[in-house]
Amino acid sequence: MNPTENPTSIGGTNANDASCRVPLLALFGGAALWLVAGLALGIVAVMTFHKPDMFADCAFLTYGRAQAAANDLLLYGFVIPAALGVMLWIFSRLSQAPLALPLAAVAAAHLWHLGVLVGTISILLGDSTGHPWLEYPRAAAVLLFAGFMLIAVTAAATFGFRSQRELLPAHWFLFAALLVFPWIYSTANLFLVSNHMPRGVVQAIIGWWFANNLLFVWLSLVGVGIAFYFIPKLAGKPLAQTGYALFAFLTLIFFGTWSGIPTNAPVPAWLPVLSSVASALVLVPIVAILIVTLKTLCGANIVCQNDISCFIKFGMASFVASGLLYVSQFCPQYSRVLDFTWFGVAESQFQLLGFVSMILFGAIYYILPRLMGTALPFPKFATLHFWFAMAGVLLFVVPLFIGGMKQGHLLANGAPFAESSAVALKFLRISTTGQLIMLLGALLLTLNILVMTLKWKLGLAKALFAAVTAPLETSEVKS
Amino acid sequence: MKTGVSVFIAAFAALGASWCGFVLAPSLQLGGAGQQTVLNGSDTYPIQRTGDATLGAQVYRANGCVACHTEQVRQTGVACEVTLTSLGVHKPADFVDYVRSLSVLPKLAPYTNALNASLKDWTGELPKTLMTSSDKEIATEMADRLKAIGIKSETRIVATGADIARGWGLRQSVAADYLYDQPVQLGSLRAGPDLANIGTRVLDAKLQLQHLYAPKSVLKDSTMPPFRYLFEVRKIGSAPSPDALTLTGEFAPPAGFEVVPTTDAKHLAAYLLSLKSDAPLYEAPFTPVTAAK
Repeated sequence: MNPTENPTSIGGTNANDASCRVPLLALFGGAALWLVAGLALGIVAVMTFHKPDMFADCAFLTYGRAQAAANDLLLYGFVIPAALGVMLWIFSRLSQAPLALPLAAVAAAHLWHLGVLVGTISILLGDSTGHPWLEYPRAAAVLLFAGFMLIAVTAAATFGFRSQRELLPAHWFLFAALLVFPWIYSTANLFLVSNHMPRGVVQAIIGWWFANNLLFVWLSLVGVGIAFYFIPKLAGKPLAQTGYALFAFLTLIFFGTWSGIPTNAPVPAWLPVLSSVASALVLVPIVAILIVTLKTLCGANIVCQNDISCFIKFGMASFVASGLLYVSQFCPQYSRVLDFTWFGVAESQFQLLGFVSMILFGAIYYILPRLMGTALPFPKFATLHFWFAMAGVLLFVVPLFIGGMKQGHLLANGAPFAESSAVALKFLRISTTGQLIMLLGALLLTLNILVMTLKWKLGLAKALFAAVTAPLETSEVKS
Repeated sequence: MKTGVSVFIAAFAALGASWCGFVLAPSLQLGGAGQQTVLNGSDTYPIQRTGDATLGAQVYRANGCVACHTEQVRQTGVACEVTLTSLGVHKPADFVDYVRSLSVLPKLAPYTNALNASLKDWTGELPKTLMTSSDKEIATEMADRLKAIGIKSETRIVATGADIARGWGLRQSVAADYLYDQPVQLGSLRAGPDLANIGTRVLDAKLQLQHLYAPKSVLKDSTMPPFRYLFEVRKIGSAPSPDALTLTGEFAPPAGFEVVPTTDAKHLAAYLLSLKSDAPLYEAPFTPVTAAK
């Protein structure tokens, strides 16, 4: 990594970036389409709360199915493939080597997207597994797992070919993420999506373990890892307080992986107690990451011509905010009120759409021009997307947070149930505006990626056509 | 963290530890769980669902009912409740005076206000809940004082909390309640009410089906979406179907038509009727009303 490199200069593409082009376009293009599909499906799902009998005759758009499919589209459709693309590129950059096994990465991208398609259709047809964040049935899970393993092999091989042996903080976070996902995803699927499910609440415990490790630990590793690569670039100086970063990395994986069991869960008491203690300790890495980010950005002359730094900065602010809200859910004092309300929904959506997605948007806008060697077709759309994404996610989650707290107070104080749901409904209806704005932003991103891909493919086709129709040179015929 | 190997070892150790804690250990502790005996009784709990209710759980899963409904009741504590069952030879007014005189006792003094409030408008109906105390000794003291002058009362252990007060259950949910659930659908959002004991609140399958078809016909303020796709509106044949729903007003089908539940709807209703976790257990004790009488 060269921290003095000007982040806004594009100046052609190098061989290493060019080697990432095909797999990354496949990953990003599909991810952007899934993002639009996921946000749109989320709006369709929430329409049930505006007009309850809207989909009364339509089984596959009923709230329970559409909402699960929309959530999974955001996580498995957008966040994970986009993050994998950015990770491949960062590994290639940090190794100063071309992407190893690019064909495997292309195959992986297509396997992954096929898996998401199969999974989404299955949920809409009523074939969900019923476990939160693990709704995709076995066929889809196998495709996703195979896709991830191929990408992990590609990334590990690129990592092995690095010319600089020393590891950077971004390496730790991203490398650990490559290990964590296959482990948790295979465990969860082997236990919960098999014919021999464990008995009773063991299923729920494993489900919570998986959801916490995917939604909190894995997303934090990926989001912070990517941010720790871009922040020094934007600040024009190396990451400050590397010791803190190491401390944050270790505490995140050692404490964060024990979080996730709700305090009031109907399970043996030692599980929620242990989980609450670990969740409180998660404050340590959150504060450490905040310090590293602030110290690096402080006093740096950040070029704000494009919005990459805005995306990353907002993403990191959301990481800290959503992390604190996540931890608060496992404090017995608060969970008594916050459990079973829209607060939890808002928290996981904030994590997905406010933190990781924002960092990924920034990374994609940074990577795309370098990947293709040309500027974005609509650079203004990137600026617009930032404002849409930020306003959208805040309008989406803030009403849900407030509504959730009000709903929780009414539920915990013994108010009639209808009262608590009526209060929450008002806030939920406001939050739909945020979803619409986010959808507009996602369309802008998709337009940029698709037009760029089309232009490149047209260019390739033209070059091919020119090569085919070019008159043969006699010298070639001779040999 | 100078090398890839050290990062690998750190991540492996961290995740491995939590895997042992939250995957392996619960499997070892609860994986072999079986039926247990109900507290102070000989019944076993839980009982395997009937076939149509087991199929109904799959309808519940497929339609994502878990997105809006939890199946877990919380409780904040346990209390002892003293209930009068017979005044013997005493008149209600004499009894009230007697209870007031008890407030000089140091143990019962803190309950003076609560007792006065409880007896303020009481004209002698029985059974009457006299007091609720989290301290068993105080409840026993009260019961003993009442017994001394020939008044019959019973002391029951009750769970407390907002969910219990709302009538969503008699006790908190515990691990044993989910022994036969495949998959376990605990839920994490109460956009709709908790269903852990819906089988004790709605006893009639027809009413449950009518609520699924047109929630507003049962509860005016319901925010639940109607699940009309689980029903069939068809022309009445030679005789009306015995399964047809009795609907009136705006919810009724056109004349000559009837609304008949599909097999899925019947299974779902059977599953909802089977949802009851009302047995007292060692880890979640309470005194059932029927047992005390």
